[in-house]
Amino acid sequence: MASARVSRSRWRVPLRVLAIAYVGLLVAWPVGLVFWNTFADGVGPVLETFQDPLVLAALRLTAVSTAWSVVLNVVFGVTISILLVRYEYPGKRFLSALVDLPLSVSPVVVGLSIVLVFNAATGVFGRPLADLGVRVLFATPAIVLATTFVALPLVVREIVPVLQEVGTDQEQAARSLGASGPQTFWRITLPAIRWGLAYGLVLSLARSIGEFGAVKVVSGNLIGKTQTATLKVEQLYFDFDKEQAFAIASLLATVSIIAIIAVSVLRSRADSREAS
Amino acid sequence: MTLGATRVAGSSVKGERATARSTLTKGSGLALGVSVLWLSILVLIPLGAVVIAARGGGWHGFWSTLTNPQTAAAITLTLGQAALVTVLNVFLGTIIAWVLVRDSFPGKRIVEIVIDVPFALPTIVAGLVLLGLYGPRSPIDVNVANTRSAVFLAFAFVTLPFVVRTVQPVLQELDIDAEQAAYSLGASGRQTLLRVILPALAPAIAAGAALSFARAVSEYGSLVLISGNLALRTEVTSVRILTYIENGQTGQAAVVATLLLVVAFLVIAALDVVQRRVARRG
Repeated sequence: MASARVSRSRWRVPLRVLAIAYVGLLVAWPVGLVFWNTFADGVGPVLETFQDPLVLAALRLTAVSTAWSVVLNVVFGVTISILLVRYEYPGKRFLSALVDLPLSVSPVVVGLSIVLVFNAATGVFGRPLADLGVRVLFATPAIVLATTFVALPLVVREIVPVLQEVGTDQEQAARSLGASGPQTFWRITLPAIRWGLAYGLVLSLARSIGEFGAVKVVSGNLIGKTQTATLKVEQLYFDFDKEQAFAIASLLATVSIIAIIAVSVLRSRADSREAS
Repeated sequence: MTLGATRVAGSSVKGERATARSTLTKGSGLALGVSVLWLSILVLIPLGAVVIAARGGGWHGFWSTLTNPQTAAAITLTLGQAALVTVLNVFLGTIIAWVLVRDSFPGKRIVEIVIDVPFALPTIVAGLVLLGLYGPRSPIDVNVANTRSAVFLAFAFVTLPFVVRTVQPVLQELDIDAEQAAYSLGASGRQTLLRVILPALAPAIAAGAALSFARAVSEYGSLVLISGNLALRTEVTSVRILTYIENGQTGQAAVVATLLLVVAFLVIAALDVVQRRVARRG
């Protein structure tokens, strides 16, 4: 099918060259150069970087907050997607818009909003939580909230179209044969949306690992305590410790490129299964 | 990464006529309650707090913050560069989508993956990446660090996937028969492009442009290393907000943040209008 669509226009080759040149100059070459710079002095300095306890602490914090954010976004993402597709109620469009909102809000604004609500002195939630002895701001909970906020729409936006496409026939059949609500969900709905959920999960994983602006505002950026991997890259770069900055940046870039390849492979597999 | 695609596909959620009738069961009603509570704590109340904090200084305080020369320069720079990058994306994004759908060449899958890289790459890494090729140690001798071109470059990098990914699925679904019919009736390539292909793609291009504008306006991480954040010259709105926060001027930070929220809200509203128009036509 793809070959039948190939254009025979005389513009075909010039446009191809333009597209490849633009993508190459803007993305491929610069990204390749970071890997090149990282290994310019061999593998030794890179390995040394990942033995530095402060670097390891930053990576650990990123891993912990990413895990929380992904779990929260998968649980609420699946729930909200089903609520958006399978049910009718007043205010549904508002809910849909609310889920989309984080896509277009600046990370710095996200950070500011969390500071305003969760600060211990004047925050609506921060003050009562401080009375209970719970510290949110400048600690891991605020970092989790910030990363969850920015990755919120990704799972929902992947599952909603899949749920719409599969329809309700199988779910209704299961229900009419006596399956309970939870049984229908685990045996019918969840297997049907598993690919969409997989893409959403990988995308929110990549987004959570990479979050920078919102985390910078809410974390306090205390070295070794509330400094995530992306904040560590910034600090190392400004401290002229470029080797270490490049090493961590390469690690983060590798993770995100693996995530993209994983989604691309999953997607083409799901497509070919659909076609057969 | 298929953000645009899912948005367009998800349009019928929004396109459905809202019925006052509720089909919620006991369990789903509880789930809705918990979800709304979660979204309120995470998104709605914090963003509401920003708007309330912005009102602290009254209308006068609002206006004097936005007309502060440094803040006004940051807002003008951000909106201007975001608009320029969006125009670039409308042309190049559509061309790239066309090449990916209608052309076939070795390495096409690699190009597909490279296009999604800016979507998944941490923004601070994006800044470092651009600095490598377009910074002081550039191997091709192009140094844009600490200039306005750096802002444009960073915006172009982070917004690359949006128009491509919204236009591509629509172009894929586009009936090639209509094009061939136009050709066989004697239309030139240009006429077919202007009368058949582009009108069909227009809603997707508009949606991609809106997403790319919104992303550029709110960008922060990729600029930290490359733009130099020079007041009145290369400082963008997000950096300005952060400076206010760091100086303890939360009220002023909230005012500028509210402006960005208004822009975000307008973009979402525009997307909704475009998608509902498409849903009605389809």
